[in-house]
Amino acid sequence: MSTVAENTAVSAAPPKPLMARINWVKLAPWLYTIALFVLWELLVIVLQTSPTVLPAPSRVFQAVAQYWSPIWKNSLQTLYTTTLGFAIAVAAGLALGILVGWSKAIYAGLYPLMVGFNAIPKVALVPILVIWYGIGTIPAVLTAFLISFFPIVVNVATGLATIEPETEDVLRALGAKKLDILLKVGIPRSMPYFFGSLKVAITLAFVGSVVSETVASNYGLGNMMSSAQSQFNVPLVFAGLLALAVEGIAMYALMAWIERRMTGWAHRSSMSH
Amino acid sequence: MPHLVSIDNVDMRYGGAGGTLAVSGLSLKVGKGEFAAVVGPSGCGKSTLMKLVTGLHIPQSGVVVVAGKQVTQPVSIVGMAFQNPTMLPWRTTLDNILLPLEIVDKHRRRLRAHRREYVEKAEHLLETVGLKGFGSKFPWQLSGGMQQRANLCRALIHEPELLMLDEPFGALDAFTREELWCVIRDLHAAQGVTIILVTHDLREATFLADRIFVMSARPGRVLKEHVVPFARPRALDVMYEKGFNDMVQELHGEIASARVAA
Repeated sequence: MSTVAENTAVSAAPPKPLMARINWVKLAPWLYTIALFVLWELLVIVLQTSPTVLPAPSRVFQAVAQYWSPIWKNSLQTLYTTTLGFAIAVAAGLALGILVGWSKAIYAGLYPLMVGFNAIPKVALVPILVIWYGIGTIPAVLTAFLISFFPIVVNVATGLATIEPETEDVLRALGAKKLDILLKVGIPRSMPYFFGSLKVAITLAFVGSVVSETVASNYGLGNMMSSAQSQFNVPLVFAGLLALAVEGIAMYALMAWIERRMTGWAHRSSMSH
Repeated sequence: MPHLVSIDNVDMRYGGAGGTLAVSGLSLKVGKGEFAAVVGPSGCGKSTLMKLVTGLHIPQSGVVVVAGKQVTQPVSIVGMAFQNPTMLPWRTTLDNILLPLEIVDKHRRRLRAHRREYVEKAEHLLETVGLKGFGSKFPWQLSGGMQQRANLCRALIHEPELLMLDEPFGALDAFTREELWCVIRDLHAAQGVTIILVTHDLREATFLADRIFVMSARPGRVLKEHVVPFARPRALDVMYEKGFNDMVQELHGEIASARVAA
């Protein structure tokens, strides 16, 4: 979505009084989004593409209105599986990250395993999860969890591993135990890395839940889109994509907000130098 | 004068039997309340010396004795300050200074109940180094010189018997550095703490120290020991005296030849 592109060209406001009063940076996400839809609409008109290939945004919004009830219900289901999987990933990722960052031996032992595991496409795991738990909510939650916990682990472990040796020396010379250093320095220090990783993880969690719903579920946006596709209802497929984008942006914004609230010092301190 | 720190014929090798020999046959003694400076060519094992005295490293041979006890683990009666102030950015300056109290056994049990008393002490220290009223600021809101002052407060809050300074003023401009020399000089005079200062700056060493140890290139050992004759309290003007410059020049010559010998 173009809303991600902010702080760009328009920020250089022209000197005209009226134009100067508008906050272009604030407005830019909305303008870019509208521009994308307008371009898309024009493209469809000019190329005269069939709605079963590329429906115009007007057609997609029409589908949103027409199928509002199933879209709403399935969006909530997807949001539910995604956030649940994400929540498990946050807890497990934080715990495993601290464990990995705690000891060099654990780090050395687990890291290749995690890299290998991360390299496996998670869609390949869905059939296994279906064998274990049947189709539906649980595989979607677990896929969201499996795909999104890796960046959290890596970031927390990185934060712990990059403690300045001087800080450690100062504290160890005072008789600090490893646990003291972890609690007083390591964990607070890794928090900016942790909260930063949540933005990546939440978008990955959507990928996981939707993949699983598409392959093995009777609910959720993934399932809705795959059944719409089998009926050649392409506008509804695009309406589902739109709903996913909206959910993704909303959750990303929430994570960015939490990050700013929890670790504002990290942003301000890097700005002061 | 009883010795607070006594290092006797110490060898320290990093990374197992085939590793680098950082110091070899190192011996030096620092009396209680004394201000000692250690100078030498770069890579002469000055930082190793810091770690040996504080118990962060245990030597393979030889004996390190601090406050009458052989060092076999971190000694916890020391305060340390490095060139990099390493203030924790998520804590205010005051909370940074109080950090050692949350670690040192003697204080951590009392801290919660007697917080007021400790905060007063920290604020008094801040005043001593010229940072009165800055306790509530975050370290990243302070200049480099101010951070280094706060760093000194943190090194002193638990009333260490020994203060280890590893080039604490290296990254500062000349004027700030001279200001902080005076701060450290006054702290030493007022608190009676023993100080070991590791530095590359020979004028700094000569201005501040009672005794200067010149170290050889790696593997480091003490080549020469100088007693600094200037009376205390010393004003910055002492640096323009002939005797001062002669001493700096002599030190400079010794280090230059130590480098060549390496």
